Amino acid sequence: MTARATRKARPERPAMSEDYNFAYLDEDTKRMIRRALLKGIAIPGYQVPFASREMPMPYGWGTGGVQVTAACLVPEDRLKVIDQGADDTTNAVSIRRFFERTAGVATTTRTREATLIQTRHRIPEEPLREGQILVYQVPIPEPLRFLEPRESETRRMHALEDYGLMHVKLYEDIARHGEIATSYAYPVRVAGRHVMDPSPIPKFDNPKLSGNAAIQLFGAGREQRIYAVPPWTQVVSLDFEDHPFTPSKADAACDLCGAAGSYLDEVITDDAGSRMFVCSDTDYCTTRQAEGHRGRLNREEVA
Amino acid sequence: MQAMADLSGGFSAPSVDAAHAFRAALEALARPGSVQDLRGATPPAPLSVAAGTLLLTLADSATPLHLAGAADCDAVRGWLAFHCGAPLVGPEAAMLAVGRWEDLGPLSAYPRGTPDYPDRSATLIVECDALDGPANATLSGPGIETRATAPLPDLATLAENHALYPLGLDFFFTAGARVMGLPRSTRTEAL
Repeated sequence: MTARATRKARPERPAMSEDYNFAYLDEDTKRMIRRALLKGIAIPGYQVPFASREMPMPYGWGTGGVQVTAACLVPEDRLKVIDQGADDTTNAVSIRRFFERTAGVATTTRTREATLIQTRHRIPEEPLREGQILVYQVPIPEPLRFLEPRESETRRMHALEDYGLMHVKLYEDIARHGEIATSYAYPVRVAGRHVMDPSPIPKFDNPKLSGNAAIQLFGAGREQRIYAVPPWTQVVSLDFEDHPFTPSKADAACDLCGAAGSYLDEVITDDAGSRMFVCSDTDYCTTRQAEGHRGRLNREEVA
Repeated sequence: MQAMADLSGGFSAPSVDAAHAFRAALEALARPGSVQDLRGATPPAPLSVAAGTLLLTLADSATPLHLAGAADCDAVRGWLAFHCGAPLVGPEAAMLAVGRWEDLGPLSAYPRGTPDYPDRSATLIVECDALDGPANATLSGPGIETRATAPLPDLATLAENHALYPLGLDFFFTAGARVMGLPRSTRTEAL
């Protein structure tokens, strides 16, 4: 009853639980994360160690992103959370409800209405604007980790700007497969200095990292690292002159909204191998459908 | 009287005030040369509102703080002791420092980070008379779409700091309730 009364008084925002500090984390923790975020902004692409806290969700569910979001949120924010582009999957729904409850912030599924977007493995199709913050959930922040398991060595390689090993890895891809086979978490060089793991976004999204108007923040909870890409920062996907980087996607158009240029999920529809392609970005797809765009399997609704 | 003054001037709503202040600081550092509003605290003179708010947002017992020049007075020491609890140190051990540019002294005295940990460097809060004076420098680098300009002290020293990248110091310039950020990644050239 109390919750309902509060909600009536503030129709814009959900009721905030009084059991927690604003945005869940205590102020000492937020200060520590905020200091790490500012150093991350000052050294784009460099992974700043931070004292990651246990969160009320398991590692791998976005504990790093949640801590970064908690340190950035203000009550006036409008939060959007996506998981592989979708607003309605378990991870996105639970994180959105977590902040509705602990910070009382308004939420939205519309990219253009959001001021802070937490994302797992996608960048929204709609271009972001100044004033927006994009928070990535990162599983393994160190791009060199699968090539060199020792933290002491990868740290030294970043210090010496020694990224030869990464180019060897990409070369071996070409030698084995005839092309660079890495299709997600494709390594990038930030501001001409640090090589960075963009989190497991499809390489289709890599061009959107560069020259983006929004502030991009990355949080890895289990690995205790924070890094950042300021607005308008040059982010280059690593490649070779004779094997240039190509952002790839399924060679089809969305079967619901007909978009030819968005990143697509493949959905198996029966046991006979039938399939359909749909936009991974659900907000982009529904917005296009509301504007009257129709795809291959969605035409009957027009008639 | 002094004891009473120490107790006042903090955030009225610590969690929300600090969140707003951090967002302003984040925008300032992420968009070098842009000036943001930064308020919430009412520190004792000679600290500006922006510098005091920034200290309450970032400083605590884990951040050694250096007070330079006029900022190193009983009123400021007492206020910070109550609201932040940051240990006061010399420049060589500081993670944060606050004062006027001429009082902060040679930048080489502050930790600039190490090649393995470039983040272990000091952040300097530079108190200025105004941030809207005539610009003397062109800024370029991350956070700047095409070109930005700003009034800055001592361009040669700031260029030296940028040359150390990825090591180096990061700056917040404060005046009244306004703040402007200048991270080490920004290239500064005379206008």
